[in-house]
Amino acid sequence: MKISTRLLAASMLVVGLAAGAEAKTLVYCSEGSPENFNPQINTTGTSFDAARPVFNQLVEFEPGTTNVVPGLAESWEVSPDGTEVTFHLRKGVKFHSIKGFTPTRDFNADDVLFSFNRMWKEDSPYHKVSGGAYDYFNDMGMPDLLKSIDKVDDYTVKFTLTRPEAPFLANLAMDFATILSAEYADQMLKAGTPEQIDQVPVGTGPFSFVAYQKDNAIRYKAFPDYWGGAPKIDLVFSITKDATARWAKVQKGECQVMPYPNPADLDAIGKDENVDLMQQPGLNIGYLAFNVTKKPFDDKRVRLAIIHAIDKEAILKDVYLGAGQPAKNFIPPTIWSYNDAIVDYPYDVEKAKDLLKEAGLQDGFSTDIWWMPVQRPYNPNAKRVAEIIQADLEKLNIKANLVSYEWGEYRKRMQQGEHQMGQLGWTGDNGDPDNFFFLLGCDAARDGGQNIAKWCNKDFDDKLKKAKTIFDKAERTKLYEEMQVIAHDEVPVFNIAHSVVFEPVRKEVVGYKVSPLGRHEFAKVDLK
Amino acid sequence: MLGFIVRRVLLVIPTFIAIAFLTFVAIRLVPGDPIEVRTGERGITPERLAEFRHQLGLDQPVWKQFLDYLVQIAHGDLGTSISTHAPVLQEFLTLFPATLELALCAMLFAVVLGIPAGVLAATRRGGFLDYSVMGVALTGFSMPIFWWGLLLILFFSVTLDLTPVSGRIDLLYYFEPVTGFMLIDSLLSDQDGAFLSAVSHLILPTIVLGTIPLATIARMTRSTMLEVLGEDYVRTARAKGLSPFRVVNVHALRNALIPVVTVIGLQTGMLMGGAVLTEYIFSWPGIGTWLIESIQRRDYPVLQGGVLMISGLVILINILVDVLYGVLNPRIRHAR
Repeated sequence: MKISTRLLAASMLVVGLAAGAEAKTLVYCSEGSPENFNPQINTTGTSFDAARPVFNQLVEFEPGTTNVVPGLAESWEVSPDGTEVTFHLRKGVKFHSIKGFTPTRDFNADDVLFSFNRMWKEDSPYHKVSGGAYDYFNDMGMPDLLKSIDKVDDYTVKFTLTRPEAPFLANLAMDFATILSAEYADQMLKAGTPEQIDQVPVGTGPFSFVAYQKDNAIRYKAFPDYWGGAPKIDLVFSITKDATARWAKVQKGECQVMPYPNPADLDAIGKDENVDLMQQPGLNIGYLAFNVTKKPFDDKRVRLAIIHAIDKEAILKDVYLGAGQPAKNFIPPTIWSYNDAIVDYPYDVEKAKDLLKEAGLQDGFSTDIWWMPVQRPYNPNAKRVAEIIQADLEKLNIKANLVSYEWGEYRKRMQQGEHQMGQLGWTGDNGDPDNFFFLLGCDAARDGGQNIAKWCNKDFDDKLKKAKTIFDKAERTKLYEEMQVIAHDEVPVFNIAHSVVFEPVRKEVVGYKVSPLGRHEFAKVDLK
Repeated sequence: MLGFIVRRVLLVIPTFIAIAFLTFVAIRLVPGDPIEVRTGERGITPERLAEFRHQLGLDQPVWKQFLDYLVQIAHGDLGTSISTHAPVLQEFLTLFPATLELALCAMLFAVVLGIPAGVLAATRRGGFLDYSVMGVALTGFSMPIFWWGLLLILFFSVTLDLTPVSGRIDLLYYFEPVTGFMLIDSLLSDQDGAFLSAVSHLILPTIVLGTIPLATIARMTRSTMLEVLGEDYVRTARAKGLSPFRVVNVHALRNALIPVVTVIGLQTGMLMGGAVLTEYIFSWPGIGTWLIESIQRRDYPVLQGGVLMISGLVILINILVDVLYGVLNPRIRHAR
């Protein structure tokens, strides 16, 4: 009797302990498989999302905003001429332990140097590992910008730049600037398996990596020693490619958060009592560019006529299904320096006809409208947009043919300037206005460059270049506001819309924020 | 018999080379460049594009690339994925068991239901049962997989809450794959409820993938059965006073099944194709999903390797069918 009582008590204790220790797990229904777990070498949002729980950068974006806040660097200072940025690193930051690797030291300057040198220096033993393509590092112009990166002491790193570069801090908050463990890299190199560090990530982030089964699931567990405070949940990415199936899983509670709902499901999602349909204007722009180097689009009156003739409201209603906001500027209103004083051109067919007559084209002409063969957040159905524009232009006797190519080919031809009018768009990387406006700069207007209007306006370009070298935000704001006026007057592109990003989140989830940068972050999230 | 098999196997080599060639050329005819594709909106400078192309050997003439590729396959190397840098063969082997498991279950489902349904329909020719079976079969045959899958999810998973929506097993269970077959691994794992979870995840995808072969097999069984039932030997069996059950299920069925075996074989090959959509809807981590993704990424080595492996499998199944057919019907072996 006594023994059995004791047994009972013991077993109850065990059960109680087990229940207490049972971690809460948040399941995120992600949309695809990551290519790898190192943001230095991949380029897709899906892959960045998968690596983000594990890693930190020197500076980071405050969740839910585009503000840059301290990360692994506690503080930093910029030299008066703007070419030296010194970071003071956080002390006592731990790396994760995984099977086969246990860190022996805390995070320090060596890890920063290793991480950047891998991308930057050809002589880094890791430079060629896993394909050796550092697209973002290169695209953000880092090789030209960096003069040197020096370790001042174990917790101080100095970046010397070739020129003052205002968006630099925002760039370092991007995923490509992730800090990896130099110690782990050394060990893997010695073991002859350097690729391992890109497949089995070790970082300083809120979650440590547990396992990845391709096309199935990624598992992470809360990192108790996280410098920012241990997360309250464990995390699983359940890879679910079909948007309707993702929604079905959220409905059933098989996962709690999902990205990219099917627009057709939005109505039903909004009505579900267990789910919050969170939303935020996306950091993006969908636009139609006029190739200003080609006739008749070299004539501003023709461009204006076309803009007046297109019914933007119809496009938003018909294509974006309400999940978009009409764009009057090239940057979305969530970015600082947005010039709200600009008044968009109204839909006015008579005005359009007058303008064409002035340009001597009252009889119309024939032209092409290129539409993107892919769906993008900023443009859910480019073909439909093209059809609406085509119909609108008919009223001006303009006969527009619809043209498209496979996506890579499409972009290549367009960057070469083969088109007359073409749709494209942009999703911001870091919330800096420069990250959008460079697309209208003269450097990008060269053959093969990303300015597909091929528009080069000296006034605009001077301001763009100047703004980039100033660290004073108020001064930069002024320049960007002026640039928006110029772009409005010269109309190199027809700004269509900024899409609204929707994310269904179950009500038991606490503290989740929709990111304007399109990130999906869970460090501060809890489950009721 | 041996000669027959050898002849069939020898044919495989040129077939393989032809398939490798067709895939190789077809992929390169599709516009789009693996490197361009991976860079999203950003694009890439021509210098770096050239550098990458060189690294991947894409700057060589196509015939040279192809010859190199053949040499490579002959060494048992299917290449390395452009996007993940993992060996193609290794990726295939990790993902293939999932597809095979699903395909086998779907086939089992189709055979177990399809043959009796066909027999039943044939023996009740013109009756209500016949019409119902054939009606259902026709519907199943023309059902778009995508729509059918989502319909089942909405009804059984969301509305009735009977089955899980997608995946292979509840993610709360976690164990290292041993065989890659979830039904077996979940049993080996010793975790309570894991096996049941695996089974419940299999139900809907099995039905969706099995629907078309089920319809095909039922119709085929019915028509060959009808044919056989009219033969003299069946009438003889009946005249001998054998029970109708014995006549149908022993005497007639054995012969009626011969063409059905072929259909089953061919359908198994087809299943690999149908699996692509089913896997996508149910987030089934198999080769279907893998191939779709590699098309989107223009991952040449994965596409080439994947297609080659699948066609190899279909060829293998066809040989098995031929052999089996030869066993069932000796006349085939000697015909030339």
